[in-house]
Amino acid sequence: MQPSAPQTPDFRPIIAEFVDVHRHYVMGENVVKALNGVSMQVRKGDYLAIMGRSGSGKSTMLNILGGLDRPTTGEYRVGGRDVSKLDDDALSDVRGQEIGFIFQSFNLIQQLTVLENLEVPLFYQGRVGAESRQKAEYLAERVGLGGRLEHKPMELSGGQQQRVAIARALMNDPLFLLADEATGNLDSNTEQEILNLFDDLRPDGVTIVIVTHNPKVAERADFTLWLKDGQVEKLVDNRTAERDAARAAGASASGGHS
Amino acid sequence: MISDMMRMIRLGLKSLMLHKLRSTLTTAGILFGVASVIAMLAVGEGASEETLKRFRDMGVTNVLVRSKKPDETQQTSSSSMMSILGYGLLYPEADRIQNLLPQSKVVRVREFNRGIIHGENWSSTMIVGTEVDFLDVTNMKVKEGRWLTELDMVTQGNVCVIGESLARTLFPLSNPIGMTLLIGIEDRFQVVGVLDYQGRAAGPNGTTLDECAFIPLSSSRRRFGDTIRNTSTNRFEAIELHEIKVKLPSSAEVEGAANVLRAMLAPAHAPKGDIEITVPLELLREEEKQEAMFNLVLAVIASISLLVGGIGIMNVMLATVTERTREIGIRRALGAKKKHIIQQFLVEAGVLSALGGLAGVGLGYIVPKLITHFFHQNTIVLWIHVLLAFCISAAVGVVFGIYPAWRAANMDPVEALRHE
Ligand SMILES: Nc1ncnc2c1ncn2[C@@H]1O[C@H](COP(=O)(O)OP(=O)(O)O)[C@@H](O)[C@H]1O
Ligand SMILES: [Mg+2]
Repeated sequence: MQPSAPQTPDFRPIIAEFVDVHRHYVMGENVVKALNGVSMQVRKGDYLAIMGRSGSGKSTMLNILGGLDRPTTGEYRVGGRDVSKLDDDALSDVRGQEIGFIFQSFNLIQQLTVLENLEVPLFYQGRVGAESRQKAEYLAERVGLGGRLEHKPMELSGGQQQRVAIARALMNDPLFLLADEATGNLDSNTEQEILNLFDDLRPDGVTIVIVTHNPKVAERADFTLWLKDGQVEKLVDNRTAERDAARAAGASASGGHS
Repeated sequence: MISDMMRMIRLGLKSLMLHKLRSTLTTAGILFGVASVIAMLAVGEGASEETLKRFRDMGVTNVLVRSKKPDETQQTSSSSMMSILGYGLLYPEADRIQNLLPQSKVVRVREFNRGIIHGENWSSTMIVGTEVDFLDVTNMKVKEGRWLTELDMVTQGNVCVIGESLARTLFPLSNPIGMTLLIGIEDRFQVVGVLDYQGRAAGPNGTTLDECAFIPLSSSRRRFGDTIRNTSTNRFEAIELHEIKVKLPSSAEVEGAANVLRAMLAPAHAPKGDIEITVPLELLREEEKQEAMFNLVLAVIASISLLVGGIGIMNVMLATVTERTREIGIRRALGAKKKHIIQQFLVEAGVLSALGGLAGVGLGYIVPKLITHFFHQNTIVLWIHVLLAFCISAAVGVVFGIYPAWRAANMDPVEALRHE
């Protein structure tokens, strides 16, 4: 359901899909409807930002998207499979195989080296070995951290740590990256570097979902999904918004977007 | 699988290194538990080993009947200073034993102290008058020359076989075989054999077999008689035989034979209380029972000390789990199942206590050596005990790590990630 999507049919596969998702917290007498009937889709290659005021349900949505939490009712489909009723082990495998987490505070494991941090997701899939090391080396290079594999997180700057976290999120070839305020702890220069890195990754077919309250971060995404009181308020196509703004400014614009 | 385990142990060590002092202090509980278990077992083993050896030396298929001086209180009232005190085993009793137990070897033994002289060398030692089977029953070997023969018995020959250290005392430089010794004041005996070194006692007075001289029982009786002057009481004592050794064909028959002997000898000797029956096999079993009891007590002490160590480990692991709540959340987000989290913390707890166990093994190996060195107490460290103590220590860590690991695994990942 993309109200403001272009008219031409989209043939890209749907990677993640909410179907009328509710998440209710029972607090004694009260029921807090953190998510109250959310439906949305993420297609392969999408770059989606989720925004909303505090308390609108962003974190709740992120937790369900990330397979850390389950909907009270409704379906959450990952790669076409409903995962909303899976048991803990199966949901752990969904996290480990289909989702690449990136956190605000980087969340590297302090006592482990960069290489060991990168290998953590594969370890839980029983896939640590020579291959995982090669992959870690490749991805470290890819995020601009070649040669730092034996460093401890404490020896790296915030931006470097977040690059490690992005590489770690990519280790399992996930269906999508799920970033929670990924640049919230970084200065604006570093923030731009990380956002540029996201842009660099997109041609590889990486799908990105980012939760943020920073409009500057959100507008780098193709779409912004606005939440309000646990419901989808609107879905904004940032590219057409840009175009409209550009048109309004009288500049010429070419509409085609691949 | 194994490489995964190695990885978990390696990374577990890294996590423990986050708090070096705390980890070290925690292992101390296990360390001292394991060390004291190994040390106590070594002392126990050493002590009982000596006792067991003594009983084994007596011969596990033997029953030993010894003459024993009756109670002092009885004799002072009944006899005057000049009378001869007669007690103990008699020659015919050996024949009766042989008749009752035809399968057994029955050896008569007469003992007395004399000076022995050869040239300028002399020794005051125990002379043992005995029979041919003595060698077999006491399980000794001849080093040089020969043992006493039936012919020596029949001819009441003046021949003797001497123990290894007596040979060295009397013949420091020359070969004893064929040499003549003076036993007492006037009796000359020719040395026909020297025994192998034995390193064990000949009888209850502590003289070793190596210091004794062995002569035919018949010669002993003819030359030295049955009467001895007891030097301490200055009284004469008449004893025909000091000991009758009975060797059974196998240890299975020992108990029955002992009962037969007790029943046979009781009427003549029980009222006087002048003999004593020793069954090495029974002593051996008794000692083994005591050792088992000792080990049981030790096991209880060990369990208590390891319990204390285990509680220390649990305490630290609970603190670790709380501190690393966020790490647990991260791992869960990256695909760790509950079982992975449990494994991780069990490995850490196991490594922690195994390290303590390892240090404890080291200390437990050294302490018995020090005890032996400073207190001259025989100790024996058995590898099975070391292995056991180490395995138990590792197991303690795992067992006491279960609850903290379970707590870690059952945290809500969302809550864990939010934890500061
Ligand atoms: N674990 C929880 N228990 C009870 N209420 C919760 C819980 N988590 C979130 N909520 C409530 O759900 C609503 C949405 O919260 P959240 O998803 O954190 O919003 P956001 O991240 O946009 O600030 C809020 O009213 C919040 O109080
Ligand atoms: Mg929030």
